[in-house]
Amino acid sequence: MNRLSVLRSRTVVLPATNIDTDQIIPARFLTTTTREGLGQHLFSEWRYDAQGAPRPEFALNKPEAQGCRILVAGRNFGCGSSREHAPWALLDCGFQAVVSTEIADIFRNNSLKNGLLPIIVDEPTSAWLIANPGAELTVDVGASTLTLPNGAAVRFSLEAFARYCLLNGQDELSFLLGRMPAIESYESRVASR
Amino acid sequence: MTSAPLTLFEKVWRRHEVAAETPDTPAILYIDLHLIHEVTSPQAFSVLRERQLPVRRLDLTLGTMDHSTPTRTEQIFGGAPIAVDSAARQVRELEANCAAFGVELLGLRNEQRGIVHVIGPELGITQPGKTVVCGDSHTSTHGALGALAFGIGTTEVGHVLATQCLLQRKPKTLAINVSGKLRPGVTAKDLILAIIGQIGVSGGTGHVIEFRGETIRALDMDERMTVCNMSIEAGARAGMIAPDETTYAYLAGRPRAPKGAAWEKALAEWRTLPTDPGARFDREVDIDASALEPMITYGTHPGMVIPISGSVPERHGDAVFEKSLAYMGLIAGKPIKDHPIDVVFVGSCTNSRLSDLRSAAGVLKGRRIAKGVQMLVVPGSQQIKKAAEAEGLHRIFLDAGAEWRESGCSMCLGMNGDLVGKGQYSVSTSNRNFEGRQGIGARTLLASPATAAACAVRGRITDPRELLS
Repeated sequence: MNRLSVLRSRTVVLPATNIDTDQIIPARFLTTTTREGLGQHLFSEWRYDAQGAPRPEFALNKPEAQGCRILVAGRNFGCGSSREHAPWALLDCGFQAVVSTEIADIFRNNSLKNGLLPIIVDEPTSAWLIANPGAELTVDVGASTLTLPNGAAVRFSLEAFARYCLLNGQDELSFLLGRMPAIESYESRVASR
Repeated sequence: MTSAPLTLFEKVWRRHEVAAETPDTPAILYIDLHLIHEVTSPQAFSVLRERQLPVRRLDLTLGTMDHSTPTRTEQIFGGAPIAVDSAARQVRELEANCAAFGVELLGLRNEQRGIVHVIGPELGITQPGKTVVCGDSHTSTHGALGALAFGIGTTEVGHVLATQCLLQRKPKTLAINVSGKLRPGVTAKDLILAIIGQIGVSGGTGHVIEFRGETIRALDMDERMTVCNMSIEAGARAGMIAPDETTYAYLAGRPRAPKGAAWEKALAEWRTLPTDPGARFDREVDIDASALEPMITYGTHPGMVIPISGSVPERHGDAVFEKSLAYMGLIAGKPIKDHPIDVVFVGSCTNSRLSDLRSAAGVLKGRRIAKGVQMLVVPGSQQIKKAAEAEGLHRIFLDAGAEWRESGCSMCLGMNGDLVGKGQYSVSTSNRNFEGRQGIGARTLLASPATAAACAVRGRITDPRELLS
């Protein structure tokens, strides 16, 4: 997994609430057997018209959205299916953090396992971010802060192990494989019950 | 010695802790059953290959294919190619991965194949007190048997394949206490839609739900599965129902349920699982089911739901709400009843079990679907298909003008060739009415099998009670 410690970027804003994973990456693109190349289909129905041409009014298609690595979205982002293709598609498009007042459980888990940082903020912060697309933010993973353009640092909650993994590029599989003696001992306890 | 009273969830969780959580590390949770399918497993097998790891517990791993598989008989049994090329590749890849790693696969032509969340309980491999995971959010379905069952992403599929464990923070608990008798024509689907309408699509986020109360106890297993299936639509990764005599009677004699002395031992263990009197939940919600009507969704998430006699709500100035209604082509303030429809889908892991098919057939018997309506009936498994045919349900569907297909996820999600057209209205017994879920521009209205069948007969939104004798 890629390390992530400090991220400085302008935001792209999708104010809609309950943006589900079928919007992030529609099911018809899930027949792939690799992780690569999903970015071109990110928000497919919103991003392209029926002929496949980009819709100029959609936030991600605007010139100022190019190179942005922080996505700000309405409440309950990533609800719905467990498809990890959703964070893969966001990462493939260059995003490294998603900010909302609520982020769905499975999406949040999947994101952390791929180095995409889910950031939960309070209502006033979210309202300001949604009203100010393109704001330049600094995310500090170690301090768990989001710094607004006026210098105000907003703390966000980040589970300790997830923070450790992001800062160190630790992948969970290696961690689990390192706990094999405990796993084996659990298995023999269960077998003797 | 007395110990503190525990909830069903806490008991299952504790029995599966390889290591308890600490402030610095999540718990290591042992998984008893790992179900895999073609869509969310290929990249996990790639990781095993890259790291030269075997599947740790082949005996706890079972594969099937359902999401991208076709439902047309000729594409499964008749030698016709799978119409969607990339889906065909995915099916072949799962076959190759299972063969290479030694994982048991209930493959395309296996008579026990079906939707992954239908076959687990049907085979008796989903059992009370087990931890069950699958790379699919509707894994919550298995909680109906008193298992702790939740959906995971592909990275976690890899973790379970390699270590049989997951790193998890302990979720909070939410009790949903349901009282009151469901009125005739009101089903488990209507109940769960009403619950989601009440607590909201993120009302269960961070929680495991336990559905409790006299109404839940009175549900049969198929109905309990419908309820737990849609826990994720309320944001909860898992929904559980304590096992009871209904559960044990359902499991007894199933192919992979314990037998003989092992059954007695398991039963004794299962009886210890229900929540102890006095156990505390982090949150509780009370629902009165006695006044419920058949429910139907009108918007683009499952929380946008009304009684079928109701009107589309008005929310002036709510841009997201108005965009949703615009997508649906529905007008705020207008009754939903009698709105014309184009497609009816009876199927999916929510409502494709034998009792669901009977319910739809009960409405359709001796009737024909309206002119211009396409109706697809897709059983949840090949076993259900066989059982339905044995009692002649397929005849009722075919005589009514519906299509009768092989099992699979089908029209629930647009990735296997079964699609709703742009702008078409689809009354669907599935679980998600998201934009584009059933096809680009498709407009989905979620409802029960009885409501779906009634809508098919009239060609417009219909209260099933008008057609039930």
